[in-house]
Amino acid sequence: MTLPQLLTPFADYDFMRRALAGALMLTLGATPVGVFLMLRRMSLMADAMSHAVLPGVAAAYFFSGLSLGAMTLGGLAAGVLVAIATGWAARHSVLFEDTAMGTFQILSLTAGILLMTAHGRPVDVLQLLFGSILAIDHDTLTLIALVASATLVLLALGWRILVLECFDAPFLRRHSPRLSALAHYGFLVLVVLNLVAAFHAIGTLLAISVLILPAATARLWVNSLGKALVLAAGCGALGSYLGLVASFRWDLPAGPAIALALALPYLVSLLLAPHGFLRQRHPRKRHLEN
Amino acid sequence: MNTPGIVLHDLTAGYGRHPAIHHLHATIPCGALLAVAGPNGAGKSTLLKVLAGELKPMTGRVGMPPEYRQRLAYLTQQPTWSLDFPVDVHDAVAMGCWPWLGPWRALDEAAHRRVTEAITAVKLQGFEHRPLQSLSGGQLQRVRFAQIIVQDARLILLDEPFNALDESTEEEFLALIRRWHNEGRTVIAVLHDLERVRRHFPLTLLLARELVAFGPTEAVLSAEHLERARHHAEAFDEHAAPCPLPADEEKDEVVHQ
Repeated sequence: MTLPQLLTPFADYDFMRRALAGALMLTLGATPVGVFLMLRRMSLMADAMSHAVLPGVAAAYFFSGLSLGAMTLGGLAAGVLVAIATGWAARHSVLFEDTAMGTFQILSLTAGILLMTAHGRPVDVLQLLFGSILAIDHDTLTLIALVASATLVLLALGWRILVLECFDAPFLRRHSPRLSALAHYGFLVLVVLNLVAAFHAIGTLLAISVLILPAATARLWVNSLGKALVLAAGCGALGSYLGLVASFRWDLPAGPAIALALALPYLVSLLLAPHGFLRQRHPRKRHLEN
Repeated sequence: MNTPGIVLHDLTAGYGRHPAIHHLHATIPCGALLAVAGPNGAGKSTLLKVLAGELKPMTGRVGMPPEYRQRLAYLTQQPTWSLDFPVDVHDAVAMGCWPWLGPWRALDEAAHRRVTEAITAVKLQGFEHRPLQSLSGGQLQRVRFAQIIVQDARLILLDEPFNALDESTEEEFLALIRRWHNEGRTVIAVLHDLERVRRHFPLTLLLARELVAFGPTEAVLSAEHLERARHHAEAFDEHAAPCPLPADEEKDEVVHQ
């Protein structure tokens, strides 16, 4: 692909520029959340939460059609409700968080599908599932910008709390029980916020890809939290850009094209990166060095 | 104000509906160097969890000076650290600064110095930027001790602190524990090695799901007490009658002195 082919879609078309702005802002907020999700071993949980957003969105669609505000609030409410219910079930029963989340995921998905199929037109259902980043409007862009800004500000303010909660949760609980609970539930709310923002761009089924794939790619290359955050943001931005170009050039649906562009570097990294398959099996240094 | 220390009053604690320790009464003086001994399953770790505030008593109370609750360091039997989290030795030790730096105060010069001194005290100089995953079990235990040093706690709880350590490292850590004791801190350690307890700990609490003996180590670790402890631990009865609940008038005792 030549340089003009990489640039002209965005120079020539307003909808492509808006799609790019939305994808980049989404990346900025979602990738650091994804890195923390991965380090807390909550990636699958986030996948489940992306499904948890569905019944709220579907209920909003049921009552208000494809309204941005209603679907955002519906998705947010459903996601937060399931996040709180999961956290509560995990903290106050013998169930681990993954089991609690798995059970609520099934309930959410079932409710979402029933609501969508009751009144949805096929085109609308597809939009809910795979997003419509190429048709993104000003209000949706503003929403994504607000979510990304809020995420970055909250992560900066709660950085130390979150790091300690990830690294040694019992220590934080012992010394600052309220902050520990705040970090736990606050982080889940951030995950839901970013999933809702991602849902508007690339749909509920693929929303999780923006959070997890760049984070996993970065972790395979670096062994420091700061570097992982920067690299994940870079991978996310590049993947979003190339995904949109691919979507334009080969007439692919934009959401899956972005997810694929994020997945390819992950697969390559899984094979070749310092913490990937080949380097783990065949270390470069002899074992007596260092 | 005269503080009698840590008061365990009719303490029963456990998991679900199964008490691990029953009706424990003891007063541990401030500044004590106390070993908690007993056979496997005697409730030693459970007692430390209650003291650390991680487990609520089923009945009875734990009273301790408020500053003990605020300045408490707890070395659990197994590390609670997420070892695949990308943190190096320096940062792991620096997390011990949390009790006074909290979420927003910057790691100032004094805190940096304290972290460096703690790393030096456990002989991990040169390892400051090593990721935790790359450390051996013994080195990791050194990092955990360094974090305890940094916390500057008044009450230090150690649950089997000499796991995975060789003899010379054990001696270093015993010297560190003696230093804490000399500085007036209260140290309570769960230990299995009774010879080590006899040599280094003036006070012992012998536990076998209920109190067998508490006091000066030589008197507590008598053959008779040890035999009783062994007998109690082996005489577990799944169908035993429930313990009587404490009288209602005892329920409102003040927790902190």
